[in-house]
Formats: sequence, C-alpha cells, structure tokens
Amino acid sequence: MSEKTANKKVVEGSYAVAHAVMCCRPDVISAYPITPQTHIVENLSQMVADGELDSEFLTVDSEFSALSVLVGVIAAGGRGYSSTTSQGLALMYEVLYNVSGMRLPIVMNVANRAVGAPLNIWNDQQDSIGARDVGWLQIYAEDVQEAVDSTLQAYKIAEDKEIRTPIMVCMDGFVLTHVYEPVELLDKEKAREFLPDFKPDDILDPLHPKTFGAFADPSTFTEFRYQQFEAQQKALVKIEKVAREFEAAFGRYYGGLLDGYFLDDADVVLVAMGSVVGTIKDAIDAMRAEGKKVGLLKVRSYRPFPVQALRKALKDASVIAVIEKDVSIGCEAGLVTDLKAAFYNSNIRTPIIGFAAGLGGRDITIKDIRSIVAKAEAARKGEQPEFEFLNLRTEIL
Amino acid sequence: MAIKAGSLVDACSTRVTKTGAWRTFVPQFDHDKCIKCSLCEIYCPEGCIHQEDGLFVPDLDYCKGCSVCANECPRMAITMVLEEK
Repeated sequence: MSEKTANKKVVEGSYAVAHAVMCCRPDVISAYPITPQTHIVENLSQMVADGELDSEFLTVDSEFSALSVLVGVIAAGGRGYSSTTSQGLALMYEVLYNVSGMRLPIVMNVANRAVGAPLNIWNDQQDSIGARDVGWLQIYAEDVQEAVDSTLQAYKIAEDKEIRTPIMVCMDGFVLTHVYEPVELLDKEKAREFLPDFKPDDILDPLHPKTFGAFADPSTFTEFRYQQFEAQQKALVKIEKVAREFEAAFGRYYGGLLDGYFLDDADVVLVAMGSVVGTIKDAIDAMRAEGKKVGLLKVRSYRPFPVQALRKALKDASVIAVIEKDVSIGCEAGLVTDLKAAFYNSNIRTPIIGFAAGLGGRDITIKDIRSIVAKAEAARKGEQPEFEFLNLRTEIL
Repeated sequence: MAIKAGSLVDACSTRVTKTGAWRTFVPQFDHDKCIKCSLCEIYCPEGCIHQEDGLFVPDLDYCKGCSVCANECPRMAITMVLEEK
C-alpha cells in the first residue's frame, strides 16, 4: 500500500462529510432530514448519541426552523452546522438572507437536488444556483474528498473577521452523497490545528446588550449591502489562501477559485461545476489520446464569482462551452450568463455556448461530452444555438 | 454614525435611529379645541404623543403620520397636513 492510499477508507460520501463536520466541532447541529441530505445528518446524530461528538443535535420541525435556530447559536458565539437540499433550501429562503445580512458564519452542506414541481429527488444544481444572490459564499465539490476538505476549509473562510459570511459547500446529491469511494478522513487533531475555536468579537450577551440585524432605513441600507458585497470580494483572496494553507497541512489542493485540466493549449474549453467535472476529465483523456485539444475549467467558487481569474484562465480559448445542471427559466442558466457578463467588458471575444444538462438526475455521459465538444466546434462557425437543453427528447414533447 | 457589519448595534438603537423619516402627512393639533381626553396619546401606535406643559404634542422623530390620532380625536382637533421637505 503506497503512502498516498495508506489512510484511505472506503466510506459513503455522506459519512465522510459528517466525519468532517465532527472534526470542525460545531456547538450545535440543527437540521431537518430530506433526501438526499439525510445520511449526513443521520450520521451526525449517531455521532452525538454515541458520545463521539460533543454537540447539541436539534431535531427541529422544518428547514425554516433549522436555520433560524442557528441564527441564535452563532449570534450567541457558538459554531453551527446545518445541511439541506432542494425544497428544504427553498423553505430556508427568508432565513438565508437574515444569516448573510447579520454576517453569521454558518457552514451548510447542500446535497444538490432538483427543485419541484415536477417532484424529483435526483441530482441537479437548481437549488443552490437559484440561491446565488442571497449573500452566501458557494463552493462546488467535484468528488467526496473535495467535499470533505472543503467543509473544513469553509469554516476557516466563513469565520474570518474580514469575511464573516455564511457558506454553502455544495455536493451533488446521490452522485456524491451516496457513493462509496476511497476517502482520507480528516484527522481530528490536525483539523483542530487548522481550524481554531470560533471566537467572535461581538456576541449576544445580557451584560452587554446588542441588537443583531437591526433596522436600517434608506439612509444606511445601501451601505450594509455594500459591506456584504465587499466581504465577498475579500473572500476571493481568502478562499485561495485557505486552499493553500490546507494544502500545506493536508497535502491536497483542488484549485482555490478555479482549477484547470489540460487548459494551457486547449482550443475548446468546457466549463463546469461539481461532480460532472470527473466525467468531463475522463472524456478529455480519451479525446486528448485522439489528438483533440480539449480542456476543462472547473469553477469551484461560484459566489464570489471570480471574474478576473476567469478572464485570465479562459483568454486563450477559441470557443467555450458551459455545461451546467440548472436553468434560469426565462434566460439561459446561471453559470453561462454570469460567464458572458464577466467577459463583456473585457477584450475577450470568444464564442460562449451553454448547455442545461443532467436536469433532474439525467446522466451526463462521455458520449454527451463528445457531442458538446462537436457542437462547440460548430459554434466557432456560428452554426450552433447559444443555449440548448442537452438531449432534449423531442419525441415526447 | 458609522455602521457595523451585520447591522450590529448597541441596545436601544431606536433612540439613535429616528424612524419618522417615511412620514407623508403630519398631525397638526388645535389646542383650543382639545378637551384633554388623552385618546390621541392612548391610540397612537408608536406611543409618541405626550403632554408637554399640559398640551398634547407628537414626537416627530418617530411619528409615521398614520392618522390614527386624527381619526380617534372626538373633537376633530387634529388635522393631517401634507408635509413637504
């Protein structure tokens, strides 16, 4: 057994993430079960019951309560954790804004799932992309190991005094939450060294009464929003810094904001987030063997959106195809519209096309990636629509 | 007043934050008609009408111009007037 695999165990993605949460030592875990997030909180509940984890596990009546409880926990100076998905995230919507507006550094795993109707429990990323504007940071994990490592990194990013912003660590439902794969579980002591205890300057304290999330009239509201915006800009630097600190401590690095795969000489560049990145890498390996200059840019940080880093990483591409598991019903989809917006005022004039793929759990195969590359090549000649639903079954429409 | 991230403020912030800014109409009191029944003070949802030297006056730092006082006054001693700034 090589040194690299010595500490790896084959475990379910949800267990691995729950184990990572344990290593982050939350004071309170507050969650409501919902497929495909359930195994994460089930495992945490077991750890608390077994005395492995010294946290208070609150079984609440809804996702709205789950997150509302954490508002009080963080304001009182505790570390909090929750996890949800899909309709559960939708039910949290009002609280999402309160958490970010009050600058409470909650870490939450989102087990990405389609949002109904129609009812569908399978994976896509409509839930968290739909919540892109709520003021939370969003990181998308490619595999279980990255979800584990990003969860620990997330606390360090969110709790930084300059950032003080909640964060969603997004992992594809089922594809990552229910898969068994070799994972290096975090070492408790090393995690403690990496992530010190949470010691906020301001907490709710009866001896020194304060109000969190006070009333702001038109004369100050803009400035509060600006502060949140500014904190997200600072997070661009912090996310990269923490990723490098993690590398120094644990020896693993996934790119901070972005990560490239065969990017340097690539003509066709695919852009994607989450577990589909693994499939794309396999497809690229096969196409590279055939001499095709295809590359990949993985977007790890979707909020903050790394505009400058994207311009730099994609400046040499001759055509860009965005593959994403969401759709903005009425205007293309989240990542592709954001990417086009990032390029409009630059001198990059590369054609960009977008694909809504894998919606509601439909598989994205290597064959699909090859067909997207062919379409991207056609787009260079203007022979491809700007945006399409991949593999649309017109025969049933 | 410098603002702090998280809209975090010391307790009793409303003493500093004046909330009368969104008023469109302002109550005007005709003290000759007033019979000192206190109904305006009792009904004011903001609790911002008080007696000063025996006369009822609104605290315009907090009065929202809702007209409840004018509506409840049995002597019609309160008139709502458009406030222009």
